[in-house]
Amino acid sequence: MSVPGVLRAMWRYRSFIAGNVERELRLRYTGSVLGVAWNVLEPLALVLIYVVVFSEVMHARLPGSGDRHDYGVYVLAGMLVWLAFSEIVGRCVNLFIDNANLLKKAAFPRVTLLASAIASSLVNVGLIAVLFATVLVAIGRFPGWVTLTLLAPLAVTVVLAAGLGIFLGTLNVLFRDVGHVTTIALQFWFWLTPIVYPRSVLPEAFRSAVAWNPLAPLVAAFQSVFVTARAPDWPSLAGVSAGALVVFALGYALFKGNAATLVDEL
Amino acid sequence: MIPAVSARGVGKAYRQYPTRLDKLLRFVSFGRAGRAGLTWVLRGVSFEVAPAESVAIIGRNGAGKSTLLKMIAGTTHATEGTVNVRGRVAALLELGMGFHPDLTGRQNAVMAGNLMGWSKAELRSMMPAIEAFAGIGDYIEQPLRIYSSGMQVRLAFSVATALRPDVLIVDEALAVGDIQFQQKCFARIGEFRDAGTTIIFVTHDLASIYRLCTRALYLEHGELVLDDTPRRVIDLYQATVLGATAPPPDPGNGSYASPDVDIAGVRLVDERGAESSVFAGNERMAIEVDVNFNATLRDPHVGFQIRDRRGQAIFMTTTHGLGACVGPVAQGTRKSLRFLLRPAVAPGQYTVTVGIADGALTDGTFERSIVREQDALAFWVVDSVDAPRWAGIANLNASVLIGAGEDRSQVTATSE
Repeated sequence: MSVPGVLRAMWRYRSFIAGNVERELRLRYTGSVLGVAWNVLEPLALVLIYVVVFSEVMHARLPGSGDRHDYGVYVLAGMLVWLAFSEIVGRCVNLFIDNANLLKKAAFPRVTLLASAIASSLVNVGLIAVLFATVLVAIGRFPGWVTLTLLAPLAVTVVLAAGLGIFLGTLNVLFRDVGHVTTIALQFWFWLTPIVYPRSVLPEAFRSAVAWNPLAPLVAAFQSVFVTARAPDWPSLAGVSAGALVVFALGYALFKGNAATLVDEL
Repeated sequence: MIPAVSARGVGKAYRQYPTRLDKLLRFVSFGRAGRAGLTWVLRGVSFEVAPAESVAIIGRNGAGKSTLLKMIAGTTHATEGTVNVRGRVAALLELGMGFHPDLTGRQNAVMAGNLMGWSKAELRSMMPAIEAFAGIGDYIEQPLRIYSSGMQVRLAFSVATALRPDVLIVDEALAVGDIQFQQKCFARIGEFRDAGTTIIFVTHDLASIYRLCTRALYLEHGELVLDDTPRRVIDLYQATVLGATAPPPDPGNGSYASPDVDIAGVRLVDERGAESSVFAGNERMAIEVDVNFNATLRDPHVGFQIRDRRGQAIFMTTTHGLGACVGPVAQGTRKSLRFLLRPAVAPGQYTVTVGIADGALTDGTFERSIVREQDALAFWVVDSVDAPRWAGIANLNASVLIGAGEDRSQVTATSE
């Protein structure tokens, strides 16, 4: 499917995609008393733990920084990137398996499932971002307009995650091990990315290894904006942007090339 | 004329890989590398369906019917050949439409509607009609996992047919609905057909094929064996399916043989004398029986019994009952009989049992029953399009006179 073809499919099935996002928000907490409210309570807990507990209770500090909120803000900034990335990858890996019933019984552009997964992830991360921003405003640390520059690294994160996710998701249909391997790999990846620790605490040998971690510059961009209110270091994003496009092209090609036979393997 | 559905040399194969490495290679190279064995489930199928035509696909389990429907519906791709469908398709494959067990009936209906490209606003205005047709009451607000299979099909059919599609595809799904719902569905399918919808459906209920279709396709072992009128296709299907599955006569199923008499053949023929297994309820049919007598008998009689699907005898008579005599016969005599009758019974499947007895008694029974061939043949009784409508188990040939005021002799209208 060509790019305009994909866009047309997205537009035609926009209510299906929007419906999927809505259904997922509802479904996750069906049978609970608070229902949809949990969608907010969970991320709220996350924000409170990092900003309040780490900063106020445990007095965790970033090296070379005096502000008591810096560490919490630093962690949450990185977490936004990580959550967007890991949620999209995690969903895409199981995209076809989770939707097997639908794929077998209804004919629709498969790419709309990918769009739904990305949209759902972004809604979840968006909720956290809004709570995070609210807290930042409350403590007088909201960086202002420079925050908008983060749309660029966010877009790169989405493209990278979607490309990787759909690549792994296609393979996962053939070899279910891929899903399990991905779960483990993501845990390692989290700790190999400077999210809860600053890059400076790493030994020299590891620091050069981090340079090869495509998430590191993306995480750094968010940390730069939220912690120091400085725009991202644009040149550092060039490599990962190009890489993300290549990964996406590869992932999409693998998915497209096997789309016809994929449903037979489910 | 541009066909609504066309299939050209369509085949479907599932792949098998000798090793996992071959499977991986196959996928990362988009089918260019890696060894793979193919198992064909459908091959070389070509046909065209004109707009507004209704076509039934019949065949035994595993003949490839559902695979063919899936390819027309677009959920599975053909391995070779092409399938083209024009216009908006609504498909009801197996149970449901990819429903999610944890979502409520209403949420599932909305999702299925979204998948058919209906907007939120359109769906909102259609929901009351969808709910009313499904007729599942308050269950619409319950999660689908507590639905019975019949309820799922009610909802699925109701959503799939909420708007008239250009092409309607129905897999055997309807069979799990109750009779009342099935009739409602067939009424709606009939309306769609009359309004110009192309209908393709798979069923084992041959009577419904007769009622709805102008054409039928017979699939066997993944090949299209016959594409003809429903009657001829059903005849072939009956001959192959029942021929292959009818148990040999044995005492256990009620048949017994004797060296004295031999039933050489039993045939069902239509008004024109052609052998058939499908008869309209308002046509005449005949049961032909050939008998070889290997012994001399004083007063032999031949009889038959017609039984419905549940094995209940709905009609039986004998030459004696009809006031005829076959014998006395000498050893070596051959007799051929033709019983004429009108199968004025409800559409469905029936079987014919043939028997021969000797020595009629005045009460209609016999001194000795000699041979009996239980369920020798099966046949279908179908609705005729031009016959008056009726329901029940037997057609009592009702007619009506409508009088003016209280006076029934002053006829103003009549059915005759």
